[in-house]
Amino acid sequence: MADRTPPTGLSRELIALRAAQELEPGSVVNLGIGLPTLVAGFVDPSDEILFQAENGILGYSGISDSEFDSDLINAGGQPVDLVPGASFFDTADSFAMIRGGHIDAAVLGGLQVSAQGDLANWYVPARGGGSVGGAMDLAVGARKLIVAMAHVTREGESRIVEACNYPLTAERCVDVIVTDLAVIDVTEHGLILRERAPGISEAVVEEWTDAPLIIPDDVPEMSL
Amino acid sequence: MQAEVFDTPDSAVADIPDGATILVGGFVSAGTPSNLILALKRSGQTGLTAVANNIGLGDLLDELCEDRQLAKVIATFAIRASGTRSSRFEAQYRAGEAELELVPQGTLIERLRAGGAGLGGVLTRTGLGTMMAEGKQVLELDGDRWLLERPLRGDVALLKAWRGDRHGNLQYRLAGLNFNPVMATAADLVIAEVEQIVEPGEIPPGSVGTPGIYVDRLVECEPVPVRWDG
Repeated sequence: MADRTPPTGLSRELIALRAAQELEPGSVVNLGIGLPTLVAGFVDPSDEILFQAENGILGYSGISDSEFDSDLINAGGQPVDLVPGASFFDTADSFAMIRGGHIDAAVLGGLQVSAQGDLANWYVPARGGGSVGGAMDLAVGARKLIVAMAHVTREGESRIVEACNYPLTAERCVDVIVTDLAVIDVTEHGLILRERAPGISEAVVEEWTDAPLIIPDDVPEMSL
Repeated sequence: MQAEVFDTPDSAVADIPDGATILVGGFVSAGTPSNLILALKRSGQTGLTAVANNIGLGDLLDELCEDRQLAKVIATFAIRASGTRSSRFEAQYRAGEAELELVPQGTLIERLRAGGAGLGGVLTRTGLGTMMAEGKQVLELDGDRWLLERPLRGDVALLKAWRGDRHGNLQYRLAGLNFNPVMATAADLVIAEVEQIVEPGEIPPGSVGTPGIYVDRLVECEPVPVRWDG
C-alpha cells in the first residue's frame, strides 16, 4: 500500500471551510484542538454560531490578535475574542453542557474513523501515548459529531477503516467525516459518500477508503 | 469564617508534607496558581501527586519535575500527540520514574465534584468501550450502560483567583474559573493566590465564585505571566 502515492486533496484550511459548512445557523459548537480550531475563521458572523470552549467560555468568535491575556484563552491555549453575550463558567458547568446534550455540534480531529462511526483521536501508537482532554466527553455528548481530518496518513494508510486499531475515543459517535478527499456520512446503512473534493473521482475516494463505501449515482463535487 | 492571610507564597505552602496529593487549579495559562507552584518548587517537597488539567503546557507544573518532586500526575493532558518538544514530566513518565493517570476532562471534574460534595461516585457514558473503562465497574440501569467513576480528593488545593477577602471569598476573572471552584471544595487544606486582597463587601455577593467557607489560606501575589505557544 505504501508504494502508492496518495492523491492531493484539500488544504487544511479548505477542510476547515468545508467542515464549517456543516454547522447550522444559531447552533452552539465546540471545536477540538488542531485543524478544527481553523473552523471558527470560516463561519459567517450573521449565522450567529456560538463557539463553546471547554475551559469555560460560551461565545468566542475566533483567535484574537489583540494583546495576550492569560485568562482569556480557548481550550488550545490560544487567545480568543468574545462576542456580545458571551459567558464564562467553571469546568463542571462546561461538561454539563457537553455531556448533557446542550452542544449542537462538535468538530474534532481524527486519527481513525471506523465503518460504524467509532472514533480514535487521542492516542498515537507510533508515539506511544497521547492525551485525552475533553475529546471523550465531546464524542459521547455532542448532538452531531463532525470529524475533520486528512483522509490518508503520511505513510499512505487510510484513516477510514473497517475497525479502528488505535485506542478508541468513543464507539459509534461520528456523524460526518470531512477530509481532504470527501464528505462521508456515517449512517445505519454504512458509510455513504456525499461529496468529493474538486478533481477527486469516486474511484479515488474508494481506493483510499479501507471500509465499505456506498457510492450513490452522481456524487457532486464540494462547493468551496 | 476567616482565611489566614500569608505574606508570601513560600510561607503558605511550607508545611505541605512530602507525599501529599495536591489539586492544582487552572487550564493552560488561565487561572493557574503559578506563584504557589513555584513556591512549592522552592520548598522542595517530594513524592507528590498532582491533580491538574494539564502538565507541560506552559503551566509551570512541569517545573516540579526538575527536582523530581512529582511521583504521580492525574491529568487530562500530559503527553503530546505530535511535535518534537516534550515536557520533563513526559520524559520521566516514559522512563518509568513518574506515574500518570490520564482521565477524561469531564470525568476528572465530576470525580472532584463528587469528592467535594460528599457523593460516592459518578455514572458517566464517557469512556465506555475505551481504555478508560479498563478495570472499572459498568452498571446497567434501565437498559443504559454507565461507567462508575470514583470520587477524588486532595490533601491540599492550590488555586488562583483575581480577588479575595479575609473571609476567603474568591472572585475569578474571565476564563480563570475552570477547575478552581470545584477544587476549592475537594481538599482538606485550600490555598488561594489572588492578585488583590480586598475588604469584605468589595466583592459583590453575586460575583463571589468560591464562597469563603472553602478557603483556608490566602496570599496576594503579582501574577506570573505564562503563555503556551504550542
